Amino acid sequence: MSEAAAAGSAPAHAGVGPGTVAKYVFVDSPELTAADLALRAYEIAPAVQIKETCFGLVITGAEAEIDRLVAEIRKFDPDRIFIKDRGFPPGDERRCRANLGGARPGFYGHENEMRLVRYVSSGLRALRDPKKADLLRAKPKKDNEPLSPERLSEIIEES
Amino acid sequence: MARVFIYPGTSLILSDLVSRFGHRPLGSALAVRERVQTPGLDSPPLQITPEDPKKGLRYAAVEVPSGVRGRMSLYGPQIEEADAGIIVRDADLAFGCMGCARTNELVRFLLRRREIPLLELDYPHSDEEGIRFVAAIKEFLSGLPGGAPA
Repeated sequence: MSEAAAAGSAPAHAGVGPGTVAKYVFVDSPELTAADLALRAYEIAPAVQIKETCFGLVITGAEAEIDRLVAEIRKFDPDRIFIKDRGFPPGDERRCRANLGGARPGFYGHENEMRLVRYVSSGLRALRDPKKADLLRAKPKKDNEPLSPERLSEIIEES
Repeated sequence: MARVFIYPGTSLILSDLVSRFGHRPLGSALAVRERVQTPGLDSPPLQITPEDPKKGLRYAAVEVPSGVRGRMSLYGPQIEEADAGIIVRDADLAFGCMGCARTNELVRFLLRRREIPLLELDYPHSDEEGIRFVAAIKEFLSGLPGGAPA
């Protein structure tokens, strides 16, 4: 427990000190498990607190160390490792499902997006693929884009 | 490096892509972290104190539910700070109670009213959409100050 926490001026949670950063690391790779990633992460940054989870890792530590670790972790599988910030440190009893029971708050959001990350991985791979250049140039269609008369007549002729 | 507000604020995909392409994503996690790390009285579960709905008065009127004002005390300063924004329109994961729903509407409104560079798109549901999704975000972020060329 830090001195500040012991003095009652800060909550007594590990990794909560100012300047400490926590991040989620999600792995969606057939070639890399969370356990592999945790071992490699420990080798890269021994000073960082690393928690292995079912989806990847939760890493906590000084900002500079975390930035370095994130840059190294991404190299293992750049298109299938996804990283985002986390507000609470790992194991915080206000968030940890070990204390609350049921799914961790935020789980459903991650579950929802993890169904889509394989398409994002395809997009990231395509950035390096010259064969996909035509698709990269295409703009996403906007919902409020009006149907052109030419397209309407095409639809009528097709039907 | 530009500060890019992401909507939904908890989005893994947007947060990852923004930081991957060299910018700083502004979302819920940063706002919550700031409160969790600020020394003070512990107020579980969200570190929201009775002061926060008062701060939210800057963004929503007093008759608006305190849940909206409390949430806006997290998002409001980030929207003011942002240099750009990315909105995902069909974000089902942002669904929640009336406080969440009204906050979401207000966040999108405030982002559009600020007239900062804004990218609006839908989540990908196929490989082709995924390619367009990532390309659109990369092109948008490349055009921001400090962005890598597309």
